[in-house]
Amino acid sequence: MAGNAPYKVPVGPIHPALKEPVHIELTVVGEEVISADFTPGQTHRGIEWMGLSRNPVQIVHLTDRICGICGVTHSLAFARAVEQIAEINAPERADYVRTIIAEFERIQSHLLWAGVAAHELGFDTLFYLAWRVREEAMDAIELITGNRVNYDIIQIGGVRRDITEDKFDKIRKCLNSYKDLFAKLKKLFLEDAVIKSRCKGTGLLSVEKAAAYSTVGPTARASGLTADLRVDYPYCAYGDLDLKPVMPTIYGKDCDGDTYDRIVVRIFEIAQSIEIIETCLDNMPFGAVLYEEKVAKILALCKKASGEAVGRHEAPRGEAVHYVAMNNAEAPAAWKVKASSYSNLHVWPLILKGNQLADIPVIVASVDPCLSCTDRVAVADENGFKKIYTKEDLSKMSYLKSRRMSE
Amino acid sequence: MNIIITAIIATVILAVLGIIFGLFLAGIDRRITARMQARIGPPLLQPFTDVRKLFAKQNIVPANAVSWLFNLMPVIALASSIAILLYLPFGSLAPILGDAGDIILVLYLLIVPSLALVIGGFASGSPYATVGAQREMVSMIAYELPLAFAVILVAWRLMISGVVNPFSLNTLMQTSVWDVVGPLGIIGIVILLFLFAWITPGELSKVPFDSPEAETELAGGILAEYSGKNLGMFSLAQAVKTVAIIAFGIILLLPWNLSPAFGLSGISAGAVDLVFFAVKAIIIMILSVTVIKTMMARFRITQVVKLYWFVFGALGIIAMILFVADAFLMGVL
Repeated sequence: MAGNAPYKVPVGPIHPALKEPVHIELTVVGEEVISADFTPGQTHRGIEWMGLSRNPVQIVHLTDRICGICGVTHSLAFARAVEQIAEINAPERADYVRTIIAEFERIQSHLLWAGVAAHELGFDTLFYLAWRVREEAMDAIELITGNRVNYDIIQIGGVRRDITEDKFDKIRKCLNSYKDLFAKLKKLFLEDAVIKSRCKGTGLLSVEKAAAYSTVGPTARASGLTADLRVDYPYCAYGDLDLKPVMPTIYGKDCDGDTYDRIVVRIFEIAQSIEIIETCLDNMPFGAVLYEEKVAKILALCKKASGEAVGRHEAPRGEAVHYVAMNNAEAPAAWKVKASSYSNLHVWPLILKGNQLADIPVIVASVDPCLSCTDRVAVADENGFKKIYTKEDLSKMSYLKSRRMSE
Repeated sequence: MNIIITAIIATVILAVLGIIFGLFLAGIDRRITARMQARIGPPLLQPFTDVRKLFAKQNIVPANAVSWLFNLMPVIALASSIAILLYLPFGSLAPILGDAGDIILVLYLLIVPSLALVIGGFASGSPYATVGAQREMVSMIAYELPLAFAVILVAWRLMISGVVNPFSLNTLMQTSVWDVVGPLGIIGIVILLFLFAWITPGELSKVPFDSPEAETELAGGILAEYSGKNLGMFSLAQAVKTVAIIAFGIILLLPWNLSPAFGLSGISAGAVDLVFFAVKAIIIMILSVTVIKTMMARFRITQVVKLYWFVFGALGIIAMILFVADAFLMGVL
């Protein structure tokens, strides 16, 4: 028996509201959540460690598998880091192909998220609709890359496949179908009375807190931060485009930073992505899509390179960062991945507090958590017992490790 | 002695028919929901397969559950839902215990399966089930108000029109409320029909009123710890309750039969009316369960209470005013 109020309601590590394992513990009085805490690290896979014994071209394949949804985000961020160190410049056409596939990824990721959010609200019809129309983006991605999930299109110094003229028609057809659908999606998600009543004013994240917690992507923009890497530090083809960050003001409302605003931002980002892809298709420059066709030559370049760099990309969930250090060796000396959710998850205790238990799933989902990308570490001793390390413990451990490495 | 044996045999037959029809309704519901969501959906007989599977499975009782209460409640839920059927007429078949109870008793009996769910939830010793049980109690309190409006208004209108024994189900079978009211009263009945259409999903814990079970929040809530035969029994109770609440709505507000129109009598009349009853039940189920379920998201429990008390409560009062005005105009008051 749960005992007297306040009592604890555990959500996860495995729970129908969660699509990936994470443990959230809620302290509840009646229906109100008075405090919340979460424990990540339930699905750590050690990909960074695997990468440290592989060469950059092999790692690109690994990065594709960091996230099941952001199939291009991590490869692009990693490739951009390595390209900076090895002084490789991707051809202009490759930049456009990268942009197109990245935006298709945003469309399918936001639609996937919209479906999940509808399901969390108990609106299964909308969930089926969102996931059905998502298939069109998946088909377009398959047409471009040959794969539906792990795209494997990014290569150090460009992309593996070009988007040929004969594919343009099909891609444009897909984009047009989304344009027709957009009004419907907007109406269903933003004008539904129940969705409005359950999402407005819940999961509030003020602009100050959003900045203090370093949130990124739609979560930050819904609260009123104009952070968008594509606009702030343009890369690939984004510099050629006239972009503005999508804020809730686009729907003629203030930036309240509630769950509803996060829906608004994501729905309108779908429209923005459609426009970006169209412009890119129209203005695609001609030429090669790879700096160097032969993998052996790329590897030779990488092996000669030394230095460190940060590769960034605005993923559907916000900025993803890859730090790579290379030291005249086949494998990188260091590789660190910071997925966008890493920055966003920390607001959970803040935005869950004071809300109704019924709204917890959709608030949890509203930051679009991607947990297998985020989990960088799992702590367990030989018996499988877990332990919490404080900041002091961790700095002490890193001093020790630095000392070990310099010996 | 003979009467008791007849009653027992009739109860068994009714229970079997109620379960079969209830599961069949669940199958139709799932299938049509799927089609409305552009899916194919399960076969019509899927609920039967599900229940058969559940009965073949092991019962798991959580370590910190109150096991005798935990195991008893599914039985009570099923038994009480079957008991409701004994007081309800189906088509032109008179209720088995029609003389022994009235619609007020049916109102009370309708609460028992939900109450069994609540006690079962509290007894399962899981925080999910506890929260679910609290919500189920709140939603019971919420939908009772409009339900009471519907029941009392119909009986009151019959009473002042000079109908003897207006609360008896045998009377309701013979006298339709549509026959005694004038134009204003008809508007009132339409409002009551609308109320009943919204009470039904609440009574059955369907979306948007499924917060006691809320899959994404409470992982099944009140039923979270139930498995195997116990869960199977609850599924059967739910199926029978579906039939009961719909049959209750039919006898109150849509009580017509087909046989008088064809001038039938005897067994053929009973059969025709039973088929007509089934058709009515399926249509009501589709309109008030399937369609509402498909077009809405789940309400918060606070929103459920507000909706039932303030919106539907206000509608009930409007219906009441219309009924009174109608009775006044018709000169019976």
